[in-house]
Amino acid sequence: MKLTPGAVITEPGSTTRYQTNGWRTFRPAVDSGKCTGCGLCWLYCPDAVISRGKPPGVDYRYCKGCGICANECPAKAITMVPEERG
Amino acid sequence: MKQALTGNEAAAIAAKLARVKVISAYPITPQTAVVERLAEFVANGELDAEFIKVESEHSALSACIGAAATGTRTFTATSSQGLMLMSEMLFVASGLRLPIVMANANRSLSAPLSIWCDQQDSMAVRDSGWVQLYCENNQEVLDSVLQAYRVAEELLLPVMVCFDGFILSHTAEPVDIPGQAEVDEFLPPYKLPNPLDPCRPVTMGPVGVPECYEEFRCMLQEATRASKEKLIEVGRAFWKHFRRRYGLIERYRSNDADVLLLTMGSLGSSAKDIVDSYRKRGEKVGLVRVRSFRPFPVKELIDALGSAKAVSVLEKDVSPGSAGALFLDTAAAFINVKRAPLMLDFICGLGGRDVSSLHIREAVRAATRAAEIGEVRKAVRWLGLREKLVGLRI
Amino acid sequence: MIEVRFHGRGGQGAVTAARLLAEAAFLEGKHCQAFPFFGAERRGAPVVAFTRIDTKPIRIRTQVYEPNHVVVLDPTLLEVVNVAAGLKRGGVIVLNAKAAPKELRIGKIATVDATSVAIEALGAPITNTAMLGAFAKATKLVSLDSVAKAIRGHFRGKLAEQNIAAVKAAYGETAVMK
Repeated sequence: MKLTPGAVITEPGSTTRYQTNGWRTFRPAVDSGKCTGCGLCWLYCPDAVISRGKPPGVDYRYCKGCGICANECPAKAITMVPEERG
Repeated sequence: MKQALTGNEAAAIAAKLARVKVISAYPITPQTAVVERLAEFVANGELDAEFIKVESEHSALSACIGAAATGTRTFTATSSQGLMLMSEMLFVASGLRLPIVMANANRSLSAPLSIWCDQQDSMAVRDSGWVQLYCENNQEVLDSVLQAYRVAEELLLPVMVCFDGFILSHTAEPVDIPGQAEVDEFLPPYKLPNPLDPCRPVTMGPVGVPECYEEFRCMLQEATRASKEKLIEVGRAFWKHFRRRYGLIERYRSNDADVLLLTMGSLGSSAKDIVDSYRKRGEKVGLVRVRSFRPFPVKELIDALGSAKAVSVLEKDVSPGSAGALFLDTAAAFINVKRAPLMLDFICGLGGRDVSSLHIREAVRAATRAAEIGEVRKAVRWLGLREKLVGLRI
Repeated sequence: MIEVRFHGRGGQGAVTAARLLAEAAFLEGKHCQAFPFFGAERRGAPVVAFTRIDTKPIRIRTQVYEPNHVVVLDPTLLEVVNVAAGLKRGGVIVLNAKAAPKELRIGKIATVDATSVAIEALGAPITNTAMLGAFAKATKLVSLDSVAKAIRGHFRGKLAEQNIAAVKAAYGETAVMK
C-alpha cells in the first residue's frame, strides 16, 4: 500500500476491512422470547452493528462489546455473556 | 501594460489574473487593500469568484482549506497577528497538501503593538510546511503570485508570497501587468487528484497513527525539497512567457566579491545601490538575495557565497536566545563544506525601523574588517539600535 | 533622482498627492516611487508622504532624509513641523499660504492660497490637487497635462474635472519668490 499525498483515503467504506471484534470480552446475547422488537438497541448502538428486527441481528465482526444495547433494552432481553476464548 | 501600483494592488491584481475562484480573507494592516481590491473586483463583476466573508483569519484559512479541498483555486492574504491566528490552520493546509496561495504583507508582532514592517511574522511559521517566497519589489509580488499557483498545484503544496509591509505594500511604483490571455497560457486550470466530491467520496484528514504519521511528514519534506527544482522550472517558463527572470536566489555583482551582503525582501533593492557605490570605488562588494526561504537554497548559497571572504546577513527577524533565521540557515548550509566565508548577522529594521544607507554601509564595513583580520569577534549584532534606550552595551 | 516630501494633515490627501505626482512623472516616461511615511494616520494629525522621480529604475527604499523639494498642504503645519528639515540646496518649498512667512529663509519659496482654490473648485478644503498645480509651476518637473491625466486615472467624472480645475487655478495663482 502506498500512502497518498495529504493522507486522502480514496476508497469509500474502507474502514469495514478493520474488524473490531477483538476488542470484546463480553458479547450481547438476545433472548428472542423477551424481545419486543422496539428497536432501542438498534438506535443506541454506537457502532451501528445492530440491525432492526424481532429479534435484532448483531454483526459480531464489528461489535466491540460495549454493552450499551443491554443497558438500554427495556425488556431486559439482552445480556452480556463472557466471550469464550479457545 | 505598465501602471504605478502598490504591492497590495499588485497582489490583488495577480490573484485576479490567476482567476481564483474562492477568496477568503480578513482585513488587517498593512494588507487591507488586498482584500478591499479583491472585494471590489468580485462586486463589480471583474472577477468571477466567491468572496467568503469571515470573522477571523483562523476562519479565513479554514474556508480556503475547505474550498481548496474541492479542487478550487483559492487565495487569501494576511499580515502579522492575522498570520499568527492562522497558524493552526497553516499546518492543516500543508498536511492536507492543498495548493493554497497566500499573500503576506510582512509586519511585526505584538507586544508591544506595532503595525510596521519586519519579517518576524512569516519567520515564526517557517516550519509550517508552506513554501515561502520573499519579494524585492512590486513587480515581483505580482509575478510571484502567478508562479506560486504553478508550484502549488503541480506539487500540492501551499505557497506564501511575502512582501514587506508598507515598504512594498503601500509604495506605488511601475508594474508591468500581463494580459489575461498570456496569464491563462502560463497558468491553465488544474485538477486536484482526489478532490472532495459527493459523487466520488473520499476521506480527508484521517488520524495519522504512529505507523504512518512520520511517512506523511517525510512526504511533505520531499515535496518541499522538490519544489526547489519546480521553482526553477516555473521560473524558466515564466521567462519564456513574460521575459522576467526569477530563481531561488538573486546574485548581484557577487561573482568576484570579497565581501557580500545577504538579505531577503525589499532590503535587497536598497542594498544594490550601496553595492554600486562600493564598486565605483573599486571595492569588491556584492549582494545575494534569498527569494525562496522555504525551500532553503543550500546548494545555490554555497555556490554564491563560498568564494567570498566575509558575508554580512541583514535580516528583519530574530529568534531570541539564538540569532536571525536567515543567518542560522545559511551558517548551517556550510556545515561539512571545507571552504566557508566568515559570517556576521545584523538584526535590523524591526518594527518599522528604517534601514538607511548608513546602516547598510555599516554592515559592509564590518564584513570588510572581518575579512581583513580573518576572524569574527561578535557574530550577532544589532543595526541601528538606540543602545542608550536599552541601557545596555549590545 | 528627485525626491519630494509632502507635509499635510490626515484627510488633506498628502498621500494621494505623492502618488499623483509619481503617476504624472510616470506618464512622462520617468521611473517613480510614491509612499507614505509609515505611520498610523489619523484625521488631522500631521502626515508625511514622499515621491521619488528618476530617469532610471529606482531601487532605494529607505525613507527620504534630504528632499529636493517640499510641498506643504497646510499653513498651520509650519508651527508644529520643521518642513525645511534636510532640504537640499536650491530646493523649492511649495507652500499653501497667502504670503511667504518671514521665518522661512531656506531655499526658494512658492506660495498659493490653495485652501481658497480648493473651496472654490471642490467645495472642500482638500488642498492636495491644487498644491500639485503649484508644484508643477514652481518646479517645472511635470506638466499640467500629465497631472490632469494622473487625476483622471484616480477620480471619475465630475470629481476628476473639479480637481483638474483646482490644479489649473492654483497653477495660475502660484507666486514664486527667489
